[in-house]
Amino acid sequence: MLEIKNLHVQLEEEDKRILKGVDLTVEAGKVHAIMGPNGSGKSTLSYVLSGRDGYEVTEGSATLDGQDLLEMEPEERAAAGIFLAFQYPVEIPGVGNMTFLRTAVNAQRKARGEDELSAAEFLKVVRAKAKSLKIDADMLKRPVNVGFSGGEKKRNEILQMAMLEPKMCILDETDSGLDVDAMKLVSEGVNALRDAGRGFLVITHYQRLLDHIKPDVVHIMADGRIVKSGGPELALEVEHNGYSDILAEVN
Amino acid sequence: MALPQAKQTATEARLASLTMPDPGCTKAAREGALARVNQMGLPGRRDEYWKYTQPDTLVSPQAPQAAVLDAGEPLVFSDVDRLSIVFIDGVFSPEDSDDLTLEGVTIDRLEDICCKDIHWAKELYGKLEERGQTPVQRPLAALNTAYATDGVAIHVTGKPSKPINFVYRHESETSDAILHHVIRVESDAEVTILETGPAASRFNKCMEIDIADNGTLHHIRAQGRDHERRAVTHMFTRLGKESTYKSFTLTVNGVLTRNEQVVELTGDDAVAHVAGACVGDGDFLHDDTVFITHEAVNCESRQVFKKVLRNGATGVFQGKILVKEGAQKTDGYQISQSLLLDDDSQFLAKPELEIYADDVACSHGSTSGAIDETALFYLRSRGVPYKDATNMLTLAFLAEAVDEIEDRALAEEIVTRLEGWLARRS
Repeated sequence: MLEIKNLHVQLEEEDKRILKGVDLTVEAGKVHAIMGPNGSGKSTLSYVLSGRDGYEVTEGSATLDGQDLLEMEPEERAAAGIFLAFQYPVEIPGVGNMTFLRTAVNAQRKARGEDELSAAEFLKVVRAKAKSLKIDADMLKRPVNVGFSGGEKKRNEILQMAMLEPKMCILDETDSGLDVDAMKLVSEGVNALRDAGRGFLVITHYQRLLDHIKPDVVHIMADGRIVKSGGPELALEVEHNGYSDILAEVN
Repeated sequence: MALPQAKQTATEARLASLTMPDPGCTKAAREGALARVNQMGLPGRRDEYWKYTQPDTLVSPQAPQAAVLDAGEPLVFSDVDRLSIVFIDGVFSPEDSDDLTLEGVTIDRLEDICCKDIHWAKELYGKLEERGQTPVQRPLAALNTAYATDGVAIHVTGKPSKPINFVYRHESETSDAILHHVIRVESDAEVTILETGPAASRFNKCMEIDIADNGTLHHIRAQGRDHERRAVTHMFTRLGKESTYKSFTLTVNGVLTRNEQVVELTGDDAVAHVAGACVGDGDFLHDDTVFITHEAVNCESRQVFKKVLRNGATGVFQGKILVKEGAQKTDGYQISQSLLLDDDSQFLAKPELEIYADDVACSHGSTSGAIDETALFYLRSRGVPYKDATNMLTLAFLAEAVDEIEDRALAEEIVTRLEGWLARRS
């Protein structure tokens, strides 16, 4: 589904190389986790895949079901099925959460040539999905993420993901800033979306998120490359021994 | 003190182009105002209060020509149930206006008041304008009092069932209109005043509003989209005890628009909110000049101004909160912000606080900035196309000002106009 080949990326503003040849394939129905020390390029990878400005791809490719992601605008990638759950969800004063969700859902439907959802249809769906994430009516009415706690923001990300039903979900440190209960709730939301047609790329520092969202494959990223891949046991190894053993072994 | 020669000459030239209408019972007020004009002189480009806005074309003897805009859509509030008072190029049009009888209010034409010896409006006409001349001079308001050719006096004694809408129409490319309205809101009375439409090629409008204890006045105005408009407007408002004044102005395009609001909170526990949303795309200038004086205890004032500017548009904000000695427990808030959609636009702001009481809360803030790139990416990453996302963020930026309109249906009308403006630019 998601195919990344030899991806090299540097910052636009300064001559700093961040990704130095990433190769990664995420199949439909699979959950891949990426772990790695700070500064290894994990978040950059998520931004480059979703189309954020400020990065320059100097080499390589990234495709979703054969479509060249790197040629698309962020909104086109979203319509094609890419979703990024932000590490730091953005506050947007003046835009109601509900309006935002409905605009996003209908914009994607329109881009795919589907009929837009009516207000009533939309409301029905959003209420059901919000309920399972313990998002109350007040949170839906408030401006997007404004005054939300860390946990509320992350739950709101998962609600957007549930509403948009993307093919490829990228979760960038979704566990950061979450207490144990919130992490459980968020994980349940993610697990509810797991199905044969959907791929996941879960970026995290810690193994504990992977207790809740069980990965099929774990990758270790260091200095802009994937240096090791394995099963869930790789995450446990990191948890116990840190990254140094693995990095030493690779070098 | 003698006026500088240039100012003297400009003032004399302008006055020579005007004829005072038969003043009737407003005679003393008009003559007093004329004396003030002569003493102050009309504004010039070296005046501090006109530092950011060139007054030349507002002062010149002849109004610069201005094309009549066919907006291709009805005016704002056309679908609202209201009482319309229509002025065409500054002249009251009885044929186009509604019947002026409405329960809870008495509406008289200025001309009819002038021919009477006794009328309540006589006590108000020019009075608040005169009070508003200190500590800052507003010569164009005095000029208005002296030479206004039309206008109405509205006496609000109850709670009329619908808003009163001043509908301005522009039909002549050289019209130079001077209108003066006076409104007295009695105790416990409440009214909504709407103003819409391009008024004239050059428009000088003054409104004096006197709100008695517990009275309420809502004012919602939409200026635009006449691109070649030159307008200077003054609203002088005096508030009694526990009274409320809420004013919102939408300003769209226009070569030059200066809106002055002079508010005096004279009774305890009074509330005054003055807000504005401006959108300018091109060689346009919007100037909001606000002066709020707290003279009583426990009053609240808010100034909320938001401007979206691009393609060389200029936004000006001069806002002042003056808290006089003894005006304890004052709650004053002032925010002026601009969203600059490109590098050619500019925002010039002068927020001022002057406080002589020691138990007050006053805050002010002023910012200029571009669209928040992070928010823009967030919206786009959810599938919202670039233009739609930009428009969403622009409307969101203006929301704090629009939210000052209490009536949600009227606020929706304003939002629809803003959406239209944005859509035409997409």
